[in-house]
Amino acid sequence: MSSNLYDFSTLTGSIHAALSGMMSSGWVVFTELVLIGLLFLLFYALLGLFLVYLERKVCAIIQNRVGPNRVGKWGLLQTIADLIKLLLKELIPIRKADPILFNLAPFIVILASFMAMAALPFAKGLQAVDFNIGVFYVMAVSSLGVVGILLAGWSSNSKYSLIGAIRSGAQIVSYELSVGLSILAIVVFSGTMQLSGIVESQADGWWLFKGHIPALIAFVIFLIASTAEINRGPFDLAEAESELTAGFHTEYSGIKFAFFFLAEYINMFIVAAIGATVFLGGWMPFHIGNWEGFNHIMNYIPSIVWFFLKTFFIVYLIMWFKWTFPRLRIDQLLTLEWKYLLPISLVNIVFIAFIVLMGWHF
Amino acid sequence: MSEEIIKDVMVGENEDYIINMGPQHPSTHGVLRLEVCLKGETVKYLIPHIGYIHRGIEKMCEADTYQQLIHLTDRMDYLSAHMNNEAVCLCVEDALQVEIPERVKYIRTILDELNRIASHQLWWCAFGMDLGALTSFFYGLRDREHILDIFEESFGSRLLHSFVMPGGLMHDVHPNFQKRTKEFIKYFRKKLPEYDQLLTGNIIFQNRAKGIGYMSRETAIGYGVTGPSGRGSNFACDVRKIAPYGAYDKVQFNEILGTGCDTFARYQVRMAEMWESMNIIEQLIDNIPEGDYTAKMKPIIKLPAGEYFRRVETARGELAVYVVSDGNKTPYRMKFRTPNFSNLFVLNTLASGHKIADLIAISGSLDLVIPDIDR
Repeated sequence: MSSNLYDFSTLTGSIHAALSGMMSSGWVVFTELVLIGLLFLLFYALLGLFLVYLERKVCAIIQNRVGPNRVGKWGLLQTIADLIKLLLKELIPIRKADPILFNLAPFIVILASFMAMAALPFAKGLQAVDFNIGVFYVMAVSSLGVVGILLAGWSSNSKYSLIGAIRSGAQIVSYELSVGLSILAIVVFSGTMQLSGIVESQADGWWLFKGHIPALIAFVIFLIASTAEINRGPFDLAEAESELTAGFHTEYSGIKFAFFFLAEYINMFIVAAIGATVFLGGWMPFHIGNWEGFNHIMNYIPSIVWFFLKTFFIVYLIMWFKWTFPRLRIDQLLTLEWKYLLPISLVNIVFIAFIVLMGWHF
Repeated sequence: MSEEIIKDVMVGENEDYIINMGPQHPSTHGVLRLEVCLKGETVKYLIPHIGYIHRGIEKMCEADTYQQLIHLTDRMDYLSAHMNNEAVCLCVEDALQVEIPERVKYIRTILDELNRIASHQLWWCAFGMDLGALTSFFYGLRDREHILDIFEESFGSRLLHSFVMPGGLMHDVHPNFQKRTKEFIKYFRKKLPEYDQLLTGNIIFQNRAKGIGYMSRETAIGYGVTGPSGRGSNFACDVRKIAPYGAYDKVQFNEILGTGCDTFARYQVRMAEMWESMNIIEQLIDNIPEGDYTAKMKPIIKLPAGEYFRRVETARGELAVYVVSDGNKTPYRMKFRTPNFSNLFVLNTLASGHKIADLIAISGSLDLVIPDIDR
């Protein structure tokens, strides 16, 4: 159906062929790994800078402000200036902190987000690793981040950090369940855990529309739970700055702080990308059933554009939450998860299984 | 008492720990230090430590003439600078038995209420921030700016006016004052509902504010909690009603009383007070009588020997001024009963047993201004 959609595998295939002509197969794999690694590193850094800029502009709009507008055109260079400042800042050693864990923590956090990114299908044929258990993999590696947060809080030798880390641990472990269950809803619909398979299964319409009300419920739960999982407002208890000054990264400075900061934004992108992939069809253009003509026109918009449009739509939603809602209290946070979201998700899954069994979905 | 408790903890349960909140902490609204004993996330008790911004204003007053010491009173509760000035001026005028012109009374009352609105706006900003709603800060400051512009036009300063002088005002208000104030009231009547839309109706906000920080009427009276914080506990303590000064006896207004006794009740009282302040201003602004901006005063004011006492309602509660004069041009002793001092010390009672996040919300709902506590 998406026949006239550009397939990035032709590009990557030709690069592979060109490399194979030049060197032995072992070197080809090595070169490709290095190339992909470099590409991801570049993408990661640029995306982080852009997301910080976007957040500032979005929050400025919500708060009746202009936002950064001095450094560069429309303040575009503001985040780069901030990055340079963070790079040049002194790394303050903390007395009585555990130096190994203290230095390790930011890397674990950033590693988790890096690994999750590898499985994202950015466009048709543009995916670093296409696991057959893609959903499972993404869930698994993105929950590694909490280890880094816990380590940061524990090793900082600060009570504020510790409270923040413990809060964060309780929060992420709880909300992981709802995120998992809401994604599982779509896995039941599409019958595969492979991210590319899930995207392909939405060729005649996104699951959000095809899956009746249960898919909508799953989407809402996913939005709430994933916002909580990445520690963003209104669930930013781990770094609640009016209570814990900066939570688990209170004692970090310079580039190590920047790592936490960057990982937070990239995590936001990752959950948005997963949400877009699972519920909104990922790179799949907006297709309606068998309206061939309409679908054909939609295919003229490249798949990578679709992916980023949908992802940034969800990113915007998550930013909107943060700048509008007050923060929850820790007990309210856990109540919301264990008493409301989790039972609803479970019932929802049963519903969906029933729908799939009866073949009622489109 | 505090030492006893600390010792208790040292030998007591090991799960307790003490955390120092402040003096540099985003939510203590200044240099207040709270020594908080926690068990997990729950506050067991807290001890406020004050004095980080003690400037000795009461002592400094003893070296200044009455016109000079007005400027010191600004620096106590800097968000109700105008009311602070007025308290001292009323005291001096009482002592000298000067009849101040009607025009002055009207303008003072209008300025009082404008200042009260500005103060409550800033409180609303900060309260939202305390609860993690970062956008409220900019909404509040946006509207406060209009009031500060009116102040700037008339007095040349935006925060610490020192505009009220014994006997009257420093000088007459700007010719635009009436027009701009009316414009502001018209503008703010439209904007105040936005506050409710953004915060009051929010379910997260209501869950955070309702039912925490319960302060019974007896507690409020016992600790001397006045102002909107006390009125949230149904304690009728509005000095504007009890002992009217300025033009308050000429206007119709309601004393806002809350019955909820919790953080949300205190929130609602302040929101309603902003509406009520606008009503008061509207009743007065068109009827400002013509006349002098000050009564005839001698250049050097000497109060007859004796003791004088006056109180006013600031944005945070009852401010009382007690002057002992020995007949010199400077007071022999000056004592301020500042509202925040009493309001702070009820915090332990309110916050014990709640979570850390609630402690921040409760202290936010008491609307503390630290320089007013330390003086």
